[in-house]
Amino acid sequence: MAQNDAGSLWDALNATAPRANRCIWAAHAWIALNELIAGSSLSGRLEDLRGRSVLILTRDQLSAAAALIQIDGVARRLVICTPDLDLAHISFVMATAEVDAVVSDQPAHLFGALIGDRFMQCSTTITPTQALRGAQLPSEWILFTSGTSGPPKMVSHSLLSLAGAIRSGGALGGALVWSTFYDIRRYGGLQIFLRALLGGGSLVLSSAEESAGDFLTRAASHGITHITGTPSHWRRALMSGAAGRIAPQYVRLSGEIADQGILDALRAVYPKAKIAHAFASTEAGVGFEVEDGLAGIPASYFGQTRNGVDMKVEDGSLRIRSTRTARRYLGAQNAALISTDGYVDTGDMLELRDGRYYFVGRRGGIINVGGLKVHPEEVEGVINQHPRVQMSLVKSRKSPVTGAVVVAEIVLKSEAGESDAARGVDTVKSEILEACHRTLAAHKVPAAIRIVPSLNVTPSGKVARPNA
Amino acid sequence: MSVNVRSTIVSQFEEVAREQNRKLAPLTDSLVLMDSGLDSLCFAIVVARLEDSLGYDPFSVAEDVQFPVTLGDFIKFYEDGAK
Repeated sequence: MAQNDAGSLWDALNATAPRANRCIWAAHAWIALNELIAGSSLSGRLEDLRGRSVLILTRDQLSAAAALIQIDGVARRLVICTPDLDLAHISFVMATAEVDAVVSDQPAHLFGALIGDRFMQCSTTITPTQALRGAQLPSEWILFTSGTSGPPKMVSHSLLSLAGAIRSGGALGGALVWSTFYDIRRYGGLQIFLRALLGGGSLVLSSAEESAGDFLTRAASHGITHITGTPSHWRRALMSGAAGRIAPQYVRLSGEIADQGILDALRAVYPKAKIAHAFASTEAGVGFEVEDGLAGIPASYFGQTRNGVDMKVEDGSLRIRSTRTARRYLGAQNAALISTDGYVDTGDMLELRDGRYYFVGRRGGIINVGGLKVHPEEVEGVINQHPRVQMSLVKSRKSPVTGAVVVAEIVLKSEAGESDAARGVDTVKSEILEACHRTLAAHKVPAAIRIVPSLNVTPSGKVARPNA
Repeated sequence: MSVNVRSTIVSQFEEVAREQNRKLAPLTDSLVLMDSGLDSLCFAIVVARLEDSLGYDPFSVAEDVQFPVTLGDFIKFYEDGAK
């Protein structure tokens, strides 16, 4: 259904018929939307949260999902904690977001004196209660940006900026079952949560405790039709050997640069699926989606309004203006999120080559080789095209000669037998170097390559970068 | 040990020169590095790879390093660094 300006998530679900058989499935439990609309996971105490700034501090994604559906439209603010939030930062978050109620699926004593006395237990168990809901407020949604350690940066969204104009897919398109490798308490996952709910579908949640193979097997058992994740999530899925268990109609990559290597690998596994790579960020909202199977963005996406989004490149970085960007940062110490002309600077650097813009990296991630700039992601894009490469990390190493050199750590695919893999490593290294020499300036070619068994991936599903 | 260091360095010079399409001067001890045909990026690559193959980087140990001038200096610098 179309998103109504004044409506809440609960209103939208309540107005959607039929809801029968629509569910949110987690690894260990599930919630039927019909039961949730008629009941409560908050022991019927929803109205105690009216007009408050509510911290959603759950261990479990499913209990967060149920709480969000009920509390949107009642609370003044929903402050959504990411699962890896350090307890040391809770006081800062509560003060900055003026929190005066905490909803958690954990026992209150775990947080000690941190959270004050306005605590409400939530769970994944729905009790049938007379659902009393007073007038709806437009709740403010507060999300943490993905990124650095230290106190989280919080940005302000509304249901409208998060959900945009989501068209119904459920009524005509049959049962849509969405899934995402993202946690729904992060922007990338929250998008899919809202899209599934408002678009008439069901949702399969991932779990941090589950292997990629187990998750895909479970997703397959629910017949997922739409699934999203970062390129790192997808590489992990391909490495698990279980990617072929699902047969999605739609596969989306976002959150990191989608290079041609990963796009081609997914195309080979899902020959019939629509495979899209998209740009979205907590601050800038949804930018665009590219569906032609090629890395990079067609230059025609710029200079015209597409799906309500204006994009431009200024000082080398992507700028986005739309009703789906965040409004502002919380906290007085933060700079303005939106420039005077209405654009959000994503900090993601673009380069125009042959009619397409390519992401080359983050503004802060540049390696300086004797005064020449290198974006690690550009080099990774070349390395990842080698058929034996699963994933790679390009980083800086101190050099007495040029200040820094570029070095690469590479995880190889395991499909070749052990002995074969060992014999081939030197060949693979020299093939990768040749490919880099062919396509990159000399200072961008890795000075050294190490084959490593694995690379660290952050909780938000991106390759962990030093100093990122 | 010293033979090993020398041959490792020489083969790195040759390998990097080949990769970077550089014409390498005959590698004698008296060869001034700046005349070897390698540029500073090539030297940066040689140093990075020697750290991987020898397991140490003498530049990182010494404070205020004087960059070796001749190939002989360069080899001695690495041989000393191994001690």
